[in-house]
Amino acid sequence: MNALLKSKQEAAATRLDSASLPAAAGWSKAAREDALARVRSTGLPSRRDEYWKYTRPDALTQADATEADVFKSDEPLVFDSFDRLKVVFVDGVFSAELSDDLALEGIEIARLAEAADISWASELYGTLEAKGQSPVERPLAALNTALATDGVLIRCTKTPSKPVSLIYRRDSTTADAMLHHVVKVEAGASLTLLENGPGAARLNKCLEALVADGAEFHHVRAQGRDHARSAATHMFVELGRESVFKSFTLTVNGKLTRNECVIEFTGDDAIAHVAGAALGDGDFVHDDTVFVTHDAVNCESRQVFKKVLRNGATGVFQGKILVQPGAQKTDGYQKSQSLLLDGDSQFLAKPELEIYADDVACSHGSTSGAIDEDALFYLRARGIPEGIATDLMTLAFLAEAVEEVEDDALKGEITGRLEGWLLRHSRA
Amino acid sequence: MLEIKDLRVKLEEEDKQILKGVNLTVEAGKVHAIMGPNGSGKSTLSYVLSGKDGYEVTGGSATLDGDDLLDLDPEERAALGLFLAFQYPVEIPGVGNMTFLRTAVNSQRKARGEEAMSSTEFLKEIRAKAKELKIDAEMLKRPVNVGFSGGEKKRNEILQMAMLEPRMCILDETDSGLDVDAMKLVADGVNALRNEGRGFLVITHYQRLLDHIKPDVVHIMADGRIVKSGGPELALEVENNGYADILAEVA
Repeated sequence: MNALLKSKQEAAATRLDSASLPAAAGWSKAAREDALARVRSTGLPSRRDEYWKYTRPDALTQADATEADVFKSDEPLVFDSFDRLKVVFVDGVFSAELSDDLALEGIEIARLAEAADISWASELYGTLEAKGQSPVERPLAALNTALATDGVLIRCTKTPSKPVSLIYRRDSTTADAMLHHVVKVEAGASLTLLENGPGAARLNKCLEALVADGAEFHHVRAQGRDHARSAATHMFVELGRESVFKSFTLTVNGKLTRNECVIEFTGDDAIAHVAGAALGDGDFVHDDTVFVTHDAVNCESRQVFKKVLRNGATGVFQGKILVQPGAQKTDGYQKSQSLLLDGDSQFLAKPELEIYADDVACSHGSTSGAIDEDALFYLRARGIPEGIATDLMTLAFLAEAVEEVEDDALKGEITGRLEGWLLRHSRA
Repeated sequence: MLEIKDLRVKLEEEDKQILKGVNLTVEAGKVHAIMGPNGSGKSTLSYVLSGKDGYEVTGGSATLDGDDLLDLDPEERAALGLFLAFQYPVEIPGVGNMTFLRTAVNSQRKARGEEAMSSTEFLKEIRAKAKELKIDAEMLKRPVNVGFSGGEKKRNEILQMAMLEPRMCILDETDSGLDVDAMKLVADGVNALRNEGRGFLVITHYQRLLDHIKPDVVHIMADGRIVKSGGPELALEVENNGYADILAEVA
């Protein structure tokens, strides 16, 4: 056994020694034990793993969460003005008091920690995550399947009248939360899932979603302006025939964020777009890691990631499109761009294409650059102060990712928040 | 209004003197034209006055109604009422023309301690002014200058000028890349803005723009200096005989 694997396994053993399977595991016990065995065998991520080359995983793998100050603001939370079904977690624990009644026509919502044996969920829990471990290991997701203490199981059978909104409030400076959600959008149904808030001092969150034939799953997430926290999130999404998945994430601040998205096309003629806009300052580290597998004919995938970095912030993008033999007429594209507002910030990108079919269109574009000086001068020559001019160009740069949000009201909410945060900063 | 005294400028990056002592005064209500061969320093003068990076002032001064321009940031010069219509207007993908103009108008108002223009008032103004310049609503919605033709870009410059109502306008080769009809439209836009309180400095290679925007004074610039000044007839002389005669005469 090589030394790296041994040290990773030891790290896993140490971490697991202090943990125990949730008492109410019940129906999910088998999946959790299976995941536990996987973590023990792969070990926890290490800086020396190729997949963690650009982002130091230590804060995510160590035994306890690093103490993190809670960000306080008196502005309304993102999505507050929307009619939605609220499901609130405080420091990673479901709050019935703060949440709405979970009954909504067309949808069944159950709390992971309390759910009795629900057959659809027991078939899914840990399944997509386990599948997503190959060809690249994602031990933090397996750890999550094994140890998650809360989360929701959402089955959408018809199109509900409003979005489901998961709100992750954070009160404690030390909470170490592990949330696991399972979503199943049945054939022909459409679900919009909103997520916002930092979650916990350290958040490990996993979302498994099965989007059935002809179904749509729209996901819009805002990770909060909390800076001191760290987060590792995974989305595992499997797409049926003619289904649609669209995901957008807004990240402003955060000392460490690793957002992994693993998408698999299993039915023909499906569409998946995953996008992200990130705005980082100072000791901000943000890593988008995406893996799209085309295993069906005539599917379209898009990855659009934009990052604006200043004062030494770091942005990472690892994106892969894998086209399996027979996945003809695949249309895959990935774009990752960064706007570096100074020489101290850095953007590290690893775009990958691996193609085993001959009739496909796959490409990637990765750029990183400074602000356009000519454009900046043009704006200033019209009387716009440098700070505001920079903000206008920053918003313009991020707009392409925000455009991926299909719903106009939600798109407006994201743009409005970005404008508010940016322009306040420059007018201060 | 605009007073330039013995202005000397070199490039920041290399040891190359571009302006070698420019003297020029533009009075309120007057249109001055600067003509001159390529490389004489005309565009540099416009950039230095508006505050573009990359130039080093080695001597002299430039003031607008007594305010020293050269110490100010570009946005401060704009708020004082200086406007440069660019030879090559810059395309800014993602920034909407309307957002841009409204931010510009209100930034200048704020800098001058004036009330912001409301969105209703702004919309009313811009629609009226865009119509005069034959700029359609679709163009206003597009990102700044992106996908605009040469003529549309220049008309957009004049629209900005009309909205910002500067005291001193510098037009840098506004005729370049324009056909006769487009030039007429742009010139009409400029002429509509002429009034007693506003000065213009029109930089051009050719006399033809001056057929439409009639100057009060014409200056010939060569090798970083104003070498000759005169009335509108000086522009005709250039048109007929080229620069060679004039340059030989002053040499």
